[in-house]
Amino acid sequence: MPESIEQSFTLHVPSSNENLAMIRSFVSDIAKRVSLSDEEAALLAVAVDEASANVIEHAYGHDASKQVTVRATIDDEQIRIDVIDQGKGFDPDTVKCKDPRVLIKERASGGLGLGLIQRIMDEVKYHVVPGEKNELKMIKKRRKPA
Amino acid sequence: MPESFQIREEQIGLVKVFRLKGFLDAHTAPAFEAALHAKVAAGSYRLVVDGSELTYISSAGLGVFMSFIEEVREKGGDIRIGGLISKVRQVFDILGFNEIFQIFATADDAVASFDAGSNLAVEGD
Repeated sequence: MPESIEQSFTLHVPSSNENLAMIRSFVSDIAKRVSLSDEEAALLAVAVDEASANVIEHAYGHDASKQVTVRATIDDEQIRIDVIDQGKGFDPDTVKCKDPRVLIKERASGGLGLGLIQRIMDEVKYHVVPGEKNELKMIKKRRKPA
Repeated sequence: MPESFQIREEQIGLVKVFRLKGFLDAHTAPAFEAALHAKVAAGSYRLVVDGSELTYISSAGLGVFMSFIEEVREKGGDIRIGGLISKVRQVFDILGFNEIFQIFATADDAVASFDAGSNLAVEGD
């Protein structure tokens, strides 16, 4: 496979947490194609899991009749993963990533996902059109061979 | 409980051990939360999570640890973790959970730490 060619792969799944394992498996297959280490591949799967779980819970309210789309685009420079939904959008500027110590004091069980995505990925961008299409675009740069 | 996740519970002295196996994600975290809640509500505050067979964790799983730790420590206990594989451990570390929770190489080490001169409250205090 010539590395300079951009390739794209897409997975559509019903909006249910049951399908998170399938999404992670899809991402793991992509990671193998670009020879990520086990640790890097695991983190990429975590980031996409978090984005997908947010869509399932917040955009679709666990409505399994809706669809989550995960699109992976790879070239020799980067891996781009887009998580796409047609549910309720949100203003990313209003979402604050709290320190886990603060969340613990609040006895919260959520609020870690976006922070985890931002720590794992090199770039994170939102394109939100509420009720029409929401895209979370995440980029991981590929390391050059030594 | 989803097939992709299993919890075995064991009592070792005054310590309740949860041995987790499989994926701890948004699908399976409610089962872990329910198991932990049941023990904390019953007065168990010396808790160890054996992660040696845990192959995956997301923020939903970390959130379960996060939501109980304050109450457990207020009661004089702790939630300690042992045996994490590197792929799982790195997720704890990225969010700084390694500075919030005591993480040991093995679950046995985590269990033993409760007996190592700690003045933690005993179960039911």
